[in-house]
Amino acid sequence: MSCDRSPPVEPQRHIKILSRRDIVLGASAAGALFGLLASRPALTAGTDAAPAAAETVVPISRVPLSEGLTPSHQFDEALGVILKDAEPAAGEPLTLTLPDLAENGNVVPYTIAVESPMTDNDYVHTLHLLSTANPQAVVATFHLIPATGKAMVSGRMRLAKTQDVVAIAEVSTGQILVSARKIEVTIGGCGNE
Amino acid sequence: MASKTRIKLPEKTAVGDVIEIRALINHVMETGNRKDANGQVIPRDIVNSLTVTFGKVTVFKAEFGPGISSNPFVAFHMRVPGPGELVFVWQDDAGVQTIERAPLLVG
Repeated sequence: MSCDRSPPVEPQRHIKILSRRDIVLGASAAGALFGLLASRPALTAGTDAAPAAAETVVPISRVPLSEGLTPSHQFDEALGVILKDAEPAAGEPLTLTLPDLAENGNVVPYTIAVESPMTDNDYVHTLHLLSTANPQAVVATFHLIPATGKAMVSGRMRLAKTQDVVAIAEVSTGQILVSARKIEVTIGGCGNE
Repeated sequence: MASKTRIKLPEKTAVGDVIEIRALINHVMETGNRKDANGQVIPRDIVNSLTVTFGKVTVFKAEFGPGISSNPFVAFHMRVPGPGELVFVWQDDAGVQTIERAPLLVG
């Protein structure tokens, strides 16, 4: 099926001419994304859908992952959607706390914390929690405002197998922070095996 | 159908305090990855978001994926602006909203 054809209806003349980006997004929504079209990741498409072509993927070197563990394609895609062209900073203000070992991958406690003043001029507005080896890479996304007071969120996640878990913090100043942590999983917990 | 929820707030707060708020809802969080005994995929059924508002302000929003454990629990923070009411709204894949209200006592 061709994905760049107009729909077979009367052309709606009041609508602006489709931009290249619209076409790319439309194509990805149709599930027929060709490598040639996808010079950028499908930014607004759902992370579940959008089979992005390999060359749109953000290099893994931008996130400090463990040697010997290969992140999933879904993770690469999700990372591309979040980071876009940004260069993340690994480090200090952002900490991801996980146990070193999870005997039961169904219930793994996590804490994401960022040292941030949480003022109107400088606050963390989004926290992402990503898995590099679960069937779905995006585990959770949290939206904060200065009134949140403290950029610290915890909960419980599922892990399919031993992997790196990645936390990303987006700061209102434009800075993006990344932290990755390896966790050994004895019994996987995504019901996919 | 409303699911059972649990919300934990500090019993005593003062204006300007940064408090921890804990919220849990009972839910199966079916991932959509599992198959039943006949090999049929069990459809995804998860709580996909929790929105917390104080007054008219959304102070915290969580979007959950299938990688969140069953009975999703989340702890977050808020700077106490004054007495009022926190409203928690959980939304699941079936479109069911579970709404809980919790008074924030100050003083």
